[in-house]
Amino acid sequence: MPLSDAAVASLRALADWPDTSDSKYDILERIGRGGMGSVYLAHDRALDRRVAIKVVSLPEPPAGTGLAGERLTREARILAGLEHPGLVPVHDVGVLTDGRPYYVMKWIRGTRLDAYLQSPRTEAARLRIFARICDAIAFAHQAGVIHRDLTPANIMVGAFGEVLVLDWGLARIRLDRSGVSPVTTQPGTVMGTAGFMAPELAAGRSDASDERTDVYALGGLLEVLTQPPRGQFTPRPLAAIIAKARAASPADRYPAVEALASDVERYGAGDPVAAYREGPLEWASRHATRHQTAIVLVAVYIVIRVILLAFR
Amino acid sequence: MSKPVFGLILGGILGIFDGLSALVSAPEVAPQIVGIVIGSTFKGLITGVLIGYFARKVHSLPLGLLFGLVVGAVLAYGVVALQIAQGGKAYYLPIMLPGSVLGLIVGYATQRHNEHASEVADSR
Repeated sequence: MPLSDAAVASLRALADWPDTSDSKYDILERIGRGGMGSVYLAHDRALDRRVAIKVVSLPEPPAGTGLAGERLTREARILAGLEHPGLVPVHDVGVLTDGRPYYVMKWIRGTRLDAYLQSPRTEAARLRIFARICDAIAFAHQAGVIHRDLTPANIMVGAFGEVLVLDWGLARIRLDRSGVSPVTTQPGTVMGTAGFMAPELAAGRSDASDERTDVYALGGLLEVLTQPPRGQFTPRPLAAIIAKARAASPADRYPAVEALASDVERYGAGDPVAAYREGPLEWASRHATRHQTAIVLVAVYIVIRVILLAFR
Repeated sequence: MSKPVFGLILGGILGIFDGLSALVSAPEVAPQIVGIVIGSTFKGLITGVLIGYFARKVHSLPLGLLFGLVVGAVLAYGVVALQIAQGGKAYYLPIMLPGSVLGLIVGYATQRHNEHASEVADSR
């Protein structure tokens, strides 16, 4: 008798469930699943704390010799080499009894950016989130690491507004300082997430990826973060920033994340941005909006003077 | 430029304009306009430095506006009281109303002045 799809899925999930009996971790529940593996909430018996464990999904050749296992190990080593508040700290690495590699990281209480954006947020709050993402990515770039798969699903917003960039499995190391093997992607391999994947990655030229590849994805994140409500338009300076970040040619994009972040900061502060040349009317409108309280106060003063003059 | 110095300069400039406005609102005082402008400028300087000093200590736009309003009103009342003491007519509304609004303007401007620098200093 053939098994139903549900039964197959159930059996598959059972087989996929990590056997951590010879480790100090007790798996509690699965909290996430990606293309490469799953993330589980676990209890660290030795330190009596909750942790998150990322494990390669089955089917995976034994002893972690497959590409997914290799990427997971690389990801753990990359993360371990990057200490930043916007990056999840790695506590431990290991291999399951069935040969699948795993790594243990801090358990983050929060929501993925895509879920976080379901609730109404002010533009200032959204821009703050973006600034923190840029901060973490700029730090990684300085360490020679390009993320290459920045999407809303790979950003976690913590309960206290902290922002963490996850899933470094597709990262490329430009400066090999940590001993981690450099590029492992075969030329011609298309990797990343549609809508956020830079054209050079979509064309399979992963060797051409650099900081500007992440700038492209950050432009996509900015677009998602600042999506205007129905019936409204994205302000022109912001639209220009997004367009510059998402330019098809890397040469037309911001040269570095810092340049993008500072343009967004200028936009948030009501200052002119490098990506957009405003006209005189827009200049006047921006200043009027920025100093509207002062304008109202001066107008009130003039009106009072006129009224006093009229009733003298 | 520090907030008290900025308040001092802004208060002085607004005081000059406020004094000169008497030429429009009360042309008959033209012969005394120099004294009026000097008095108004002096009032503006005091208003500005007080509000600027407050802005340096308290980073709050609503409180800055309130403090500006009160200082502007109190100092304008002082001018009215001086006029009464000298046997003049009491111009409560024509002096106190614009004086209070000028206090509001200085209160707003001093809170907004160097706002980013204040945030940076606070975060250290």
